[in-house]
Amino acid sequence: MSNMTVSVSPHIKDNASTTSIMRDVLIALAPALIASGLIFGVRALVVVAVCVSFAVGGEWVFEKIVKKPNTIRDLSAVVTGVLLAYNLPAGIPLWQAAFGSLVAIIVVKQLFGGIGANFANPAITARIVMLLAFSSTMTTWVTPNGLSVAMAAMSSATKVLQGATDAITGATPLIILKGESAAALPSIQNMLLGIRGGCLGETSAIALVIGGIYLLIRRVISWHTPVAFIGTVFLFTLLVGGNLEHSVYQVLSGGLLIGAIFMATDYSTTPNTDWGRIIFGVGCGLITVLIRVWGNYPEGVSFSILLMNILAPYISKLTRKKPFGGVSV
Amino acid sequence: MALRRKLGGNAVYSKRLNGVHAPHRKNTAGDKPQRIPTPAVVTIPMSMHIGAPAKPVVAVGDEVKVGQLIAEAGGFVSSPIYSGVSGKVKKIDDMLMSGGAFVPTIVIETDGKQTMLDGITPPKVTNLQEFIEAVRNSGVVGLGGAGFPTAVKLSVKDLSAIEAVIINGAECEPYITSDTRTMIDDADLVWEGIELIKKHLQVHRVIIGIEDNKPQCIGNFRKMCIAGDGVEVKVLPALYPQGAEKVLIYNTLGRVVPEGKLPIDVGAIVINCTTLAAVAKYIKTGMPLVEKCVTVDGSAVKSPKNVIAPIGTPIKDVFEFCGGFKSEPQKVLYGGPMMGVAVPDLDVPILKSTNAVLAFNKKDAALPKETPCIKCGRCFAHCPINLSPADIETAFRLKKPEDLEELKVNLCMECGCCSYVCPANRPLVQVHKLSKVMLRDYQSAQKAADEMLKAKQAQKEEKK
Repeated sequence: MSNMTVSVSPHIKDNASTTSIMRDVLIALAPALIASGLIFGVRALVVVAVCVSFAVGGEWVFEKIVKKPNTIRDLSAVVTGVLLAYNLPAGIPLWQAAFGSLVAIIVVKQLFGGIGANFANPAITARIVMLLAFSSTMTTWVTPNGLSVAMAAMSSATKVLQGATDAITGATPLIILKGESAAALPSIQNMLLGIRGGCLGETSAIALVIGGIYLLIRRVISWHTPVAFIGTVFLFTLLVGGNLEHSVYQVLSGGLLIGAIFMATDYSTTPNTDWGRIIFGVGCGLITVLIRVWGNYPEGVSFSILLMNILAPYISKLTRKKPFGGVSV
Repeated sequence: MALRRKLGGNAVYSKRLNGVHAPHRKNTAGDKPQRIPTPAVVTIPMSMHIGAPAKPVVAVGDEVKVGQLIAEAGGFVSSPIYSGVSGKVKKIDDMLMSGGAFVPTIVIETDGKQTMLDGITPPKVTNLQEFIEAVRNSGVVGLGGAGFPTAVKLSVKDLSAIEAVIINGAECEPYITSDTRTMIDDADLVWEGIELIKKHLQVHRVIIGIEDNKPQCIGNFRKMCIAGDGVEVKVLPALYPQGAEKVLIYNTLGRVVPEGKLPIDVGAIVINCTTLAAVAKYIKTGMPLVEKCVTVDGSAVKSPKNVIAPIGTPIKDVFEFCGGFKSEPQKVLYGGPMMGVAVPDLDVPILKSTNAVLAFNKKDAALPKETPCIKCGRCFAHCPINLSPADIETAFRLKKPEDLEELKVNLCMECGCCSYVCPANRPLVQVHKLSKVMLRDYQSAQKAADEMLKAKQAQKEEKK
């Protein structure tokens, strides 16, 4: 008997693996990490480190206890940790960040069956849990000041920065937009760079968009959800507010970009067809604006994605492509 | 915006079919096939085609010559088999085929002389009936890999139903270049085949579909086409599975073959270029299909080549001719790496439909580790016929044949695109194969239950 391998075709494969996809997501998240360090200082990086360690550690320990194969090598827990950290204020107490990470990994991800089986986005759900549990620390915004050292050398940039530190006193642009704070809105320039109040990884629009473009080029995500999500927010706020500048601020504020690019494109919790992704994005956009404009919370991105997560399997099923040559029964 | 069209009844499709950009690896495309030395023994199974096995007409101890009939067709959907060697029939025995069935097999010990059978003359072909008869006698079956008897394919009841004959020169599988060589070395034979088909099947439109990675073949046929002769070359993008019958019909004619129908139902007949050349060769010379051009390649092969070998040659002889192995072959395939069948040992023979034998080293044969599905949707996006492989897998694991019915797993052509792109290395093709069986069982049970119910009702009616 020969010992040759006999297996079912195909016998070759492309290079993509779960790990390579997660690695690409981490690469795409890197610009925002650098931006958060520059904007909010070392403290931001500490929060990211705590979240990642507890997410990965939590997954390892949980899988050890329930005797499941170890999956930390697929890097998905790292992605969850980073995304959760990006959705927290830089000044969050570290034990709360650790708690949130464990909620994300153990409650939302592992208890539902681990990677690919969870129906809700772990980072988003954990953030919402934290928002309810630690309302005050979750809404205490740090003034961007980490940049002052880094950018002092650059004279032109220093002016931008000084303008920013003067203008922002802890309120996020969304709170200001809603009229709940008398502070002045940061300039568009600062909004793009990320020199504004907010969660530590969500502020720099440029960094997030660079990451998004990388993911599109690597074909890790498709354009459908981000474009539908951001486009809906823009058009809907334009319809409601009737002010182009206001809509631009709406798009650049809060967690919209990080949500649309990185969270609403999570594989297991969003539809897997092109049309499904468009419907998902539009739904997220509508709910986000409804909450932002008429809801009690200044921000609605997390809630919108969580609500749409619940609908995702149905959207997938409804938008399933018709088989080529298939005759309906 | 995808151009949408209404075809095949109620079906609406976006214009471009999906697929994967599999690596081409056509290393042997420039390599003229070489004839291997006559093997010491050939093993010829009676089932190298779809349909009834052929019936041996020789007995143990009989002397056979090159071109001699050794088995006759075992039915309408069947094909005769001829010897490609001269020698003596050593035994007629059952052999386990890769499909899992035991098949009678004629083993011939060769004498190395390759004596031709006397009286090999071109058959008389003057009308359709004689043409079909000649195709049947040629022993030619679908040489692209399917092995469907060509004579059956060409036996069309109503000739006016044929709007176009498509010559399949796509050769979309990685590595394989035997069709490429046919289109370069035997372009004349292919052309003669086209002329025969035009004449006898009264076809006015012939389309030669070739992937754009074979410019020499495209050039060859473009030169032969004369305006107004009804033959055209259609250059297709090199996107696997371009050569799959339904895909090819859609990409050349724009027609969709509906579920449960044949290409002829949409006015098309698809013939592989090498198949056509073999038919033309028989009608021209009288020499039936007794040998095959086979691409020998793969990471374990020392010097990849195209070779010509008598049907029945053990594949180890073929590899030997190519310098043997540079490393231990861990996986050996009949056919290409996307749809090829892994063989258990090197004693298995070259079949009529074998167009390549590939041998891979340990590294390439390593089975990728299966991880949980992350629902990335790549299998949905790459399926050429828009199936939902991940959903099919779920339905299969939940044992829900009614879901499989809705998901149309029966349409799956097992091209392998879903498994190829899956980042979690799910065994999707394998699951689809098993799902088809589950669905068939369910449907036949359903049918039986329906009939039983009807019978009972009829009984009740009678009692009244």
